[in-house]
Amino acid sequence: MTLGGWRAWGGLRARLVVAFVLVALVSAVTATGLAYRESRTAVLDRKQDAVRSDFRGRVEQVAADLSMPPDEVSLTRFAVSVAEGLGDAVVVAEYRSLTASSDASADRTRISRSLRDAVRDRNRMSLQRVERHGSPYLVVGTPVTFASGPPSGLDVFAITSLRAEEDDTAAILDSVRDGLLPVVLLAAVLALLAARTVLRPVRELGRATRRHAAGDLTSRVAAPSGRDELADLARDFNRTAEALEKSVAELREQEARARRFVADVSHELRTPLAAMTMVATVLDEDAGQLPPDAARAARTVSAETARLARLVDDLMEMSRFDSGAARLNLGEVDLAETLRGTLALRGWTSRVHAQLPSGLRAVVDARRVDVAVANLVGNALRHGAPPVSLKVVAAGERVTVEVADRGPGLPPEVLPHVFDRFYKADSARARSEGSGLGTAIALENARLHGGSIDVANRAGGGAVFTLRMPWRRGCGEGDA
Amino acid sequence: MPHVLLIEDDASVRDGMELVLRRHGYAVDTAASGEHALALLAGPAGHGIELAVLDLMLPGMDGFEVCRRLRASGSAIPVVMLTARGDDSDIVRGLEAGADDYVVKPVTAPVLEARIRAALRRAEPVRRRPDEDTYAGLVIDRAGLTVTKRGTPLALPPTELRVLLELSASPGQVFSREQLLRSVWEHDFLGDSRLVDAAVGRLRAKLEDVPARPVYIQTVRGFGYRFGPV
Repeated sequence: MTLGGWRAWGGLRARLVVAFVLVALVSAVTATGLAYRESRTAVLDRKQDAVRSDFRGRVEQVAADLSMPPDEVSLTRFAVSVAEGLGDAVVVAEYRSLTASSDASADRTRISRSLRDAVRDRNRMSLQRVERHGSPYLVVGTPVTFASGPPSGLDVFAITSLRAEEDDTAAILDSVRDGLLPVVLLAAVLALLAARTVLRPVRELGRATRRHAAGDLTSRVAAPSGRDELADLARDFNRTAEALEKSVAELREQEARARRFVADVSHELRTPLAAMTMVATVLDEDAGQLPPDAARAARTVSAETARLARLVDDLMEMSRFDSGAARLNLGEVDLAETLRGTLALRGWTSRVHAQLPSGLRAVVDARRVDVAVANLVGNALRHGAPPVSLKVVAAGERVTVEVADRGPGLPPEVLPHVFDRFYKADSARARSEGSGLGTAIALENARLHGGSIDVANRAGGGAVFTLRMPWRRGCGEGDA
Repeated sequence: MPHVLLIEDDASVRDGMELVLRRHGYAVDTAASGEHALALLAGPAGHGIELAVLDLMLPGMDGFEVCRRLRASGSAIPVVMLTARGDDSDIVRGLEAGADDYVVKPVTAPVLEARIRAALRRAEPVRRRPDEDTYAGLVIDRAGLTVTKRGTPLALPPTELRVLLELSASPGQVFSREQLLRSVWEHDFLGDSRLVDAAVGRLRAKLEDVPARPVYIQTVRGFGYRFGPV
C-alpha cells in the first residue's frame, strides 16, 4: 500500500470502521453470551427436574418391595429395577458396606464424596453435576426412607449422562459463532458506507481548501444537496470562498487601478517635461546674461526640471516593476568594464575607490546592473562620507558588488526602511537630491536577476550595501 | 549647417527642441504628423534634410510605421527615435522598424544633440581601404560605399553600412557588442546592446539568403559578431 493509503487508513475511515466493528462485536458477543447462558440453564434445569422426579418415583415404587436389611443380591436387584424406569441411567445403591450397581462396569467414582455426605447428613435428595473424562454427568442421590420412619441407611444414586444436553447447547454456541463473522463483516461494510458518506464531503472540502491555499480562489465544493451539518459546512465554505474571491478581486482591481494611475500620470508628465527640459537648457545657458534674481530663478527652474524628470523616470521604472512589465535583457558583459562605465558616465571615477578585477564575464542585464549600482553609489556619495568604495567579488555561485562609505552609517531605526519607497532617513533632508526611489529600484533590479541587496553598518563606521546576484558565468574570451 | 527634421505632434516639445537645435546651429524643419513628414521628405524640400528625429506616439500613423515607410521608399537618412514610454518592447520595435538610435523622453538638450551628432557622423562617407572586397558573391566597394550582391546593389542605411564595413574590415575577428557600440554608434552607454542586435538583424535581412542561418555575419554566442568565414 502506498504511503497515502496508509495515511488514509490511519485516518477517519479506519477509526470509523474499527469503532463499528468493535460495537458490533461487543453487542453480538454480549447478546449471544446471555442467550447461551439462559438457554443452557433452562435445558439443564428441565433435565434435572425430569431426572429428579423420575428418580424419586422409581425409588419410592421399588423400595416398597425391598426387604430390610438387604443382602447383596436384593440390593443389586433393587438397583436394576430402579434403573429400568430411568432410561440409560446407571443406578448405584449403597447400604452400609454393601454397594450394588445396575451396571457392574459402572464407574462409581462419579459419585463424589461431597454428594454422599450431603445425602447422608441432610437426609434428602441432592444432586451434583460432575465431569468425568470430558463428559458431563448429572448425579442424583437420595436416602431411602420408609413412611415416617428413621433413615434406613440405604442411599441410592442415579448417574445420567448430560452429553445430549451439552451437545444441544454447544450447537447453539456454534451457530452463534458462525453468525459472528458475517455480523462483523456487515458492520465493516456499513462502517465503510457510513465513512464514505461522511468522508466524501470532508475530503472534497479538504481538496477545495488546499486549492484555495494554493491560490485558486475560484475553487468550490460541489453543491451539497443534504440538510446535514456537512452540507451546511460545505455551503458555508462556498460562501466564504465567494466572499474572499470577491474581496481579493476588488483589491487586485484597486491595486491595478493604482498602478495604472501611476503609470498614466508619469506618462502624461513626460510630454510637458520633455518641452520643459529642452527649454530649461536655454534658460541655463543664458542665465549668465540675466539680472541676478532672474538668473537664480532660471537656474532653479532648470535644476528642478531635471529633478522632476528623474523622478518621473524613477516612477515609470517602479510602475514597470509593479506591473511585472520589467524584463531581463541578458547579455554577456565584463562586469568590471560595465561598472567602470557606470562610474565614468556619471563623472564619479575620481570620487570612488574602485576595486574591479577584470575577467569577470557574467550574463546579466547590463542596463539594470548599471542602474542598481549607480543608485547605490549615488546614495553613498550623497549621504555617506568619502572615501566611497566599489568592489566586485565572485565567490562560488554568486557575484557580490559592495558599495561602502566612511560616513556615520545609518541609524539602527532606519536600516529596515532603507529600501522603502520615498523613505527619507532624515526629514531635514527631504529636499535632498534623488527621488527616494533609488534604493527601491536598485533592489527590484537585483531581484529581477534573482539576487538581493543587504545593508549593514561597518564596524569601522560607514554603511555597506551588498548586492548579491547568482553568477551566470560567461563563456569567456577564449570562446571567440 | 546640418539640416534636421523634427517629427513631433506636441507643439511645446516641438518648439522647445526647435529652439535648442536652432541655437546650436542646426537648420530645423518640423512636422506635426507622420503623413506630413513623409510628404515633406519625398518632396523637393526633403533633399536637404540629413536626419529625422521621430516621435513614436503620433496621431494617425505612428512612428514605427513612418520609419518602415521611409525605409521602404529607399531613404537612407538616419532616424533618431523619441520614445515617450521607454518600455523595452517599444524600443526594440522602434529599432527593428529601422531606427538608428533611440532617446527616451524627457531628454536633456545636450544628450539629444550628442545623439544627433553621432548619427550624422555615422552617415558621413567612410573611407578606410580604397579597395573592392569580394566575399562569395558579396562585393563591398569601400571607396564608392556601395554593396552589391551577385550584381544586385543593396540599399543600406548608414548605420547598417557602417556595421558591415566595421565587421568586414577584419574578417574572422570577433567584435563584442560593446566594441561595435563604441566604434559605430560612438555611444558611451554600455547597456544598449539592443542597438547592435537590431542593426545586425536588419542587415542580415538584406544580406543573407536565409537570415536564420547567416553566412556573412555570424553570431558568436555570448560574445558578439564576426564577419565570415565565407
